[in-house]
Amino acid sequence: MAKKELVITSRDVHLSYGDFEALKGISLNFKKNQITALIGPSGCGKSTYLRLLNRMNDLIPNVHISGEIKVDGQDIYASGEDVVALRKKVGMVFQQPNPFPFSIYENVIYGLRLAGVKDRATLDQAVETSLKQAAIWDEVKDKLHESALSLSGGQQQRVCIARVLAVQPEVILLDEPTSALDPISSTQIENMLLELRDRYTIIIVTHNMQQASRISDETAFFLAGKVIEMDDTKKIFLNPKEKETEDYISGRFG
Amino acid sequence: MDPIQQAMLKKSHAAKLERRGKLISLFCISLIVVVVLAIFFFVASRGLATFFTNKVNLWRFLSQTTWSPAVKDASGQPQVGALPMIVGSFGVTLLSAVIATPFAVGAAIFMTEIAPNLGKKVLQPVIELLVGIPSVVYGFIGLSVVVPFIRNIFGGTGFGILAGTFVLFVMILPTVTSMTVDALKAVPRHYREASLALGGTRWQTISRVVLRAAMPGILTGIVFGMARAFGEALAVQMVIGNAALLPTNLISPASTLTSVLTSGIGNTVMGSLENNALWSLALLLLLMSLAFNLLIRWIAKKGEIK
Repeated sequence: MAKKELVITSRDVHLSYGDFEALKGISLNFKKNQITALIGPSGCGKSTYLRLLNRMNDLIPNVHISGEIKVDGQDIYASGEDVVALRKKVGMVFQQPNPFPFSIYENVIYGLRLAGVKDRATLDQAVETSLKQAAIWDEVKDKLHESALSLSGGQQQRVCIARVLAVQPEVILLDEPTSALDPISSTQIENMLLELRDRYTIIIVTHNMQQASRISDETAFFLAGKVIEMDDTKKIFLNPKEKETEDYISGRFG
Repeated sequence: MDPIQQAMLKKSHAAKLERRGKLISLFCISLIVVVVLAIFFFVASRGLATFFTNKVNLWRFLSQTTWSPAVKDASGQPQVGALPMIVGSFGVTLLSAVIATPFAVGAAIFMTEIAPNLGKKVLQPVIELLVGIPSVVYGFIGLSVVVPFIRNIFGGTGFGILAGTFVLFVMILPTVTSMTVDALKAVPRHYREASLALGGTRWQTISRVVLRAAMPGILTGIVFGMARAFGEALAVQMVIGNAALLPTNLISPASTLTSVLTSGIGNTVMGSLENNALWSLALLLLLMSLAFNLLIRWIAKKGEIK
């Protein structure tokens, strides 16, 4: 495989909530146009780490962060860094589908509206493209102006993904996007992510190891605030180097 | 019959207790219902007597501008025109709500979104304290501070709709603010996260998502404030001037339904036209508060997230 360009690099990242150190020196790099899965037992810090990458942890009081995280070579925790611009570049999909209580249409163009886009044709086009990419266009094209809350959970989650795609980010962070969904909806989302891989860099936190093995190119295994191992997904699942990884993957704990 | 069968057929102690509790709470709620219905019946029977016993025309009651029930006009009809009071009541209510709303929403945003710690520890107790101040205190402050202030700036007596509006504005501000705070707090955190994660600034998130999601709750708060303003008697009576004239400006003495009621009800004889006319005003008030209530319910129902 040709060496791929790095989009996100992080070095020795520590994070603590008050006295509790949740991340104990994480160094991970993410390659362009591939899917990286973060796996590990509950409370191992993988979601916390993911939320560092677009600075969503800023919203929590009493958080102390050290280390270095660069997106496209730029330190995102440098003083004066534009968080709003960063979040446009690094989009996020949450565990619980969280559409706004607006119409499907308004949900998808929310990010564009924030950016001040007013032209109807551009917005219409963005809605169609994003919903098609999120593989939900056929299901909702006749009810774009109905409330997004009237959709099923799986549909809501895909609208949320379309909402992120409409902003055209470089990186998409997904925080256990299918854990609240049924197996069919999960499969739809997995297939969609595989389609999106060519255009976006995708980082997904998941509890579901089959999911990680099905869709990711690389996998990082987190345990107790540390990265035990990161490698090609095949190697992690078939031939892990570390004992802890092997134990976790074979279901001996976690 | 054998004793086991007998015991099974008898009501158990627990079932009896259950029944007793049910009866006690049923009694309490029936008492409240009876009291409310009795008030409605009493006010309606007195208030409608103006139209049925004293043969006052309903339309004239609502549209005439002269209020002196003891005097008959040229055509022999008693002069019970309630329009000045209706205009006065709606005037102070709407104006105070219009002024209070931006302040209340702004204060609530500050308390929940911008400085939640300060909001919870300092501002919330202050607002609750304001709700608890008796209306006579507001009226007294209005009388000794607001009225002279208006007199010095605009001339005239200082009494009038403007003074009433100002006093009511201060009175309903805490009500509307605390209800808006509740509405904003009820907006799920994940709406804010989603907006921020899409590159929204804090202000964009508040104005486009939080306020929009909280709108039914905020409207309910405003209508609650209006209901309170509409029904407030004492504080308004102290500053509005109590002249039953159709107001032509905001700084000349005027009156509201409540102020005429409080100043007049003790000086009339039960069963006389003067007395019945006041009951008609009370009936009007009651119907309006009913309307406010229905409005609140309607907004709440419309705003339910489906």
